[in-house]
Amino acid sequence: MTTSTPKSTAASATARPASLRGTQINLEHITKDFGLAQPAVDDVTLTIKPGEFMTLLGPSGSGKTTTLNLIAGFETLTSGAITLNNNDVSRLPPHKRNLGMLFQNYALFPHMTVAQNVAYPLRERKVPKAELARRVSDVLELVQLTGRDDNYPAQLSGGQQQRVALARAIVFNPQALLLDEPLGALDRNLRGALQLEIRRIHREVGATFVFVTHDQEEAMNLSDRIALFNDGHIEQVGTPEQLYAEPETLFAAKFLGDSTVFELGDQDVGRSVRWEDRAWGVAEGTVAARAGVLAGSTALLVRPESLSVVRAASDAPAGSNTVSARVRDVEYMGSYRTLLLNVGNSGVAGRARIEATGESFAIGDEVVAWWHPHAQRVVAV
Amino acid sequence: MSTALDSAEVELAPEVAARPRRRRARKRGIDRVPVWQRVFVTIVALYFILPALIVIPMSFSESSTFQFPPKGFTLNLYERFFTISNSPSTNWLGSLGNSFLVALLAAALATILGTAAALALDRLTGRAPRLLRTLMMLPLVAPSIVVAVDVYVTFLRWHLVGTVQGYVLAHAAIALPFVIVSVTAALGSFDRGLLRASASLGASSWRSFITVTAPLISRGIVTGAVFAFVTSFDEVVIALFIRSPQVQTLPVQMYNAVTSEIDPTISAASSIIVVVVTIVFLAPQLLGAKKRRR
Repeated sequence: MTTSTPKSTAASATARPASLRGTQINLEHITKDFGLAQPAVDDVTLTIKPGEFMTLLGPSGSGKTTTLNLIAGFETLTSGAITLNNNDVSRLPPHKRNLGMLFQNYALFPHMTVAQNVAYPLRERKVPKAELARRVSDVLELVQLTGRDDNYPAQLSGGQQQRVALARAIVFNPQALLLDEPLGALDRNLRGALQLEIRRIHREVGATFVFVTHDQEEAMNLSDRIALFNDGHIEQVGTPEQLYAEPETLFAAKFLGDSTVFELGDQDVGRSVRWEDRAWGVAEGTVAARAGVLAGSTALLVRPESLSVVRAASDAPAGSNTVSARVRDVEYMGSYRTLLLNVGNSGVAGRARIEATGESFAIGDEVVAWWHPHAQRVVAV
Repeated sequence: MSTALDSAEVELAPEVAARPRRRRARKRGIDRVPVWQRVFVTIVALYFILPALIVIPMSFSESSTFQFPPKGFTLNLYERFFTISNSPSTNWLGSLGNSFLVALLAAALATILGTAAALALDRLTGRAPRLLRTLMMLPLVAPSIVVAVDVYVTFLRWHLVGTVQGYVLAHAAIALPFVIVSVTAALGSFDRGLLRASASLGASSWRSFITVTAPLISRGIVTGAVFAFVTSFDEVVIALFIRSPQVQTLPVQMYNAVTSEIDPTISAASSIIVVVVTIVFLAPQLLGAKKRRR
């Protein structure tokens, strides 16, 4: 992986068989202003490719859910345009957009059986009876829920209910499937199982999926690409690998995974940077490409798995960047340990992942942390 | 509501009194309800029920005046009630028919308008809708006689006095609050998120109402309709003002029968009202109990 603009490499990273069903969704400078201090969605532009699994990730209040509601038509645009396969749907009411949607609380109709729920969109489209029955049973098979046709939603578990909702949302071959934190209400094990399920169904159906979550792990597991939202705008778009390995901003780095953060202030980032009394080499391609990074305030990040810990500076390999640290705590995680460090004179919080079977460190040990210059990342703050 | 002859209220009371007792007993498990509580509740219940029920034995009396306990057993009064007559003062069956017609139409009108109003008020927030809701509750608290005079004066001008339309409009207006209250209560437990689901699945807002909202708040709608029907069926004050010899309702005819001549037929008429109103109130519960799922 080398530096590049995230958008250009994403295409090759998401190589998948061309699908006839996939719909390209274009968000063109969309803005939604509820009249608060700040627009909920502020001039967001995003292209979602046909058949792509795109996740809108971000903390609560970042605008990701509003963006999804704008695509679905539940909110009206303040400005901008939304197109599906180049048809402008900005002014269409939700029921004419032909988009399936999955909700966090399932939103199954409690007065209808499983079969009636799944048949609902087909009934509204006046699909003939025989075809309707066939499609309902096909899709229930797809979500592995055959034989529960006559149950009412209240008789099903949360996971089963969400499967019914999923079946109902895809049975009418919508242009795309919108998923609004659909796994948020489920317990951890079930969530994992349903993630697999959703991926499988995405592969089999080949439709465009737009998935909203605040759970970075979920986003990493599922997505072809992630659009990271912050304060109503998109912070960064890219594959999970890109977002993790090549964050453009401190926000992106902190939101996806842990890292040790060295604030660099607004010094010039050249071949080397200074931090406290240290000078560290900067490898080519480890500086975020985002415009203005080199001009503004920056920070240097090291992921826990890239940070190694030794007893003395002489144990660190030549050419590595080093800093003194003190072990604050040790977390035993089974296959590995996490050392929580106080780094440098100022005692910045640091994290290093080390082999569980390797040398053990005790709380209070004075150590040296080191990493390869190409394993670090300089980002905008 | 008018206090004049609310057999509807009277009929509801024992159920209201008995329900909390039953629920508490279930929660307590093995604890028995003390005898003194059972006795007390029985007395209260009888106090509410008896005045309504006492007319039933009297309606089978052979006596030509009101007498309790009734003497003998005969169906004479019912025969008189169900005999078709051309004289307005003895045309009981015609009045019963008018009452049914007016009550059905008024209930239908009040149910449609009240449900629509409740849906609208449910969506709106802020001060204005709250004020509007209070205004629409006014028929509940306004004295019947005031409403009746207003209706009379207005309907004189509109030439609605003594017409079925007039009865229906006036009764629908006083029945409206019952529908709004019961539908609003039903909407309280309605998940509006379901409407997003139905919209995403291709249903217009009208289709969403028919297929999702209406079935899920049907209990509230039916309750409102029942209250509206009963409100109209036993309404007497407005009906007295806007009656005409051609169109009068059963309560008005009973009122006439008592004031002009003491006609014991009204005990048969009263019994019929009690039975009809009771059936109307119990029907949704009996039907609902059979259909209930989950």
